[in-house]
Amino acid sequence: MTTASTRPRATNAQRAFPLTAMLLPPALRQAHRPFRILERHWFVGKTSFIWIILGGFFEPFFFLISTDLGFGGLIDDIEVGGTLVPYVEFVAPALLAASAMNGAMYETMNVFFRINFDKTYESMLATPVTVGDVVIGDVLWATLRGAIYSVAFMAVMVAMGMTSSWWGVLMLPGSIVIALAFGGVGLTAATMLRSIEDFEYVPTASLPLFLFSATFFPVSAYGDLGWIVNLSPLYHGVALLRALNLGQLSWGLLGHVAVLLAIAVVGVSVAARRIERTLLT
Amino acid sequence: MDTDEPLIRARGLEKRFGDFEAVKGIDFDVHRGESFGFLGPNGAGKSSTMRMVGAVSPVTGGELRLFGLDPATDGKAIRARLGVVPQQDQLDEMLNVEDNLVIYGRYFDISYAESRAQARKLLEFVQLEDRATSKIMPLSGGMKRRVTIARSLMNDPEILLLDEPTTGLDPQARHVLWDRLYRLKQQGVTLVLTTHYMDEAEQLCDRLVIMDEGRIVAEGPPAELIRVHSPREVLELRYPAGANAEQGPALEGIGARQEVLPDRVLVYADDGEAALSEVHRRGASPESALVRRSSLEDVFLRLTGRTLVE
Repeated sequence: MTTASTRPRATNAQRAFPLTAMLLPPALRQAHRPFRILERHWFVGKTSFIWIILGGFFEPFFFLISTDLGFGGLIDDIEVGGTLVPYVEFVAPALLAASAMNGAMYETMNVFFRINFDKTYESMLATPVTVGDVVIGDVLWATLRGAIYSVAFMAVMVAMGMTSSWWGVLMLPGSIVIALAFGGVGLTAATMLRSIEDFEYVPTASLPLFLFSATFFPVSAYGDLGWIVNLSPLYHGVALLRALNLGQLSWGLLGHVAVLLAIAVVGVSVAARRIERTLLT
Repeated sequence: MDTDEPLIRARGLEKRFGDFEAVKGIDFDVHRGESFGFLGPNGAGKSSTMRMVGAVSPVTGGELRLFGLDPATDGKAIRARLGVVPQQDQLDEMLNVEDNLVIYGRYFDISYAESRAQARKLLEFVQLEDRATSKIMPLSGGMKRRVTIARSLMNDPEILLLDEPTTGLDPQARHVLWDRLYRLKQQGVTLVLTTHYMDEAEQLCDRLVIMDEGRIVAEGPPAELIRVHSPREVLELRYPAGANAEQGPALEGIGARQEVLPDRVLVYADDGEAALSEVHRRGASPESALVRRSSLEDVFLRLTGRTLVE
């Protein structure tokens, strides 16, 4: 037997994208059947799915209506990229970004239970399913939930007249990228939680993101410290969706997309590593 | 693959967790159609060995081959041909009984329709067809175990790995389970199981190894192990509480050897009744006495100086 034949064979994806294959950690390169994991989650969730969709609809509805009724009349138009826009149009896409983030984060918190209590992963990993399949499947599922929230949210925005450009349609793929990023972050966070008590820390981390990502006021409010906002992953989502909603397209938007995708890859990779170390010892 | 090549082959197999050595270099072969057991107390290294064999735990040292493949590089291909019954059932509590099986089958890329048909067939095999739509929670321990066994058979495995299959079950549930496992064996499925029950090992295993502190201390068919390591019969003597240890000198020379346990004294002899007469003749009459066939428990006690289930 030669040494070459004992090595795992390269997948089609690896042959097609050798560079991506090199950058990805081994756990992810082994992913072959992440859709099986989606299928399992669908079987579990299909009976309660309608409630998730309704929840995704009511949350933005309450948010947007309170913003519109409350702040809308109190706050003057805000300058974004050289044009003045009503405050509600300024805030709505940011809330959409936050909703995609929350949808994905809530979903990945279930991962804590799958690792520690339900032992769902352990029984999956006894089959040809790999850690890469599990984490990619879970992030895709979380992204799906985030995307459903976003569609509901966008429907409410359109109905309430908070959109101003047809480019706003691109907020859906934009939200999906945000959900992917926070799916990755949430998955890693879920592997770090040691007990149910640790769930307390999740809002401690996500609330500042929600408040200080140029969600409710422009970056200029921070003065010289404005650059700090760039460190918030959510800010890149907010900036992306805000520009798309107003139809202010620029190459800079691709930078935001790149940051979010990088966060997704890092999140998923770290989570895969940690799950591997916990379960495949 | 060569026909006489074993399905599982381990040489100098080791497992370390940090400084702790769970498995300290063991050798064993399991052949097709065989029913092979790992017998030993908690902490002997049985489960660590099983997890390595199941290709979910990396080998620290030595060599392990399943179907001639190395779990380090061909884990997926190996797992595709194994059935696993873990110690805790690890059933998906979010799914009903039948869906547990169907979804598990999908992990092996079995088509949806085929998986559904296979699930129904296997629920019949484990006599749970009337529970197909039940949730997992309300099932008894024995039923959950049977669901887990049905689940492990979804991919028609060549080897079935069972980690303490009947621990925690009542006697009736154990017998139902043994019966099903025996049928699988007759169908040619290779069984590999761990247990700390002597009767289970004697019932189910063609051949077994006794493990203690990460090492194999004996190997062979159950009957042969008993024959080689222990006289035919055991005389169990019970003296008043606390008085067992004092009997040593009085019993010296009776039978092949004695073992003083906290609650009783064991005398190993080819003729237990004759040994008992001798005990009475010496005036060391116990409160109660019992002559029985010697068992794997005695072999274990002989080899390690400790009882198996503490």
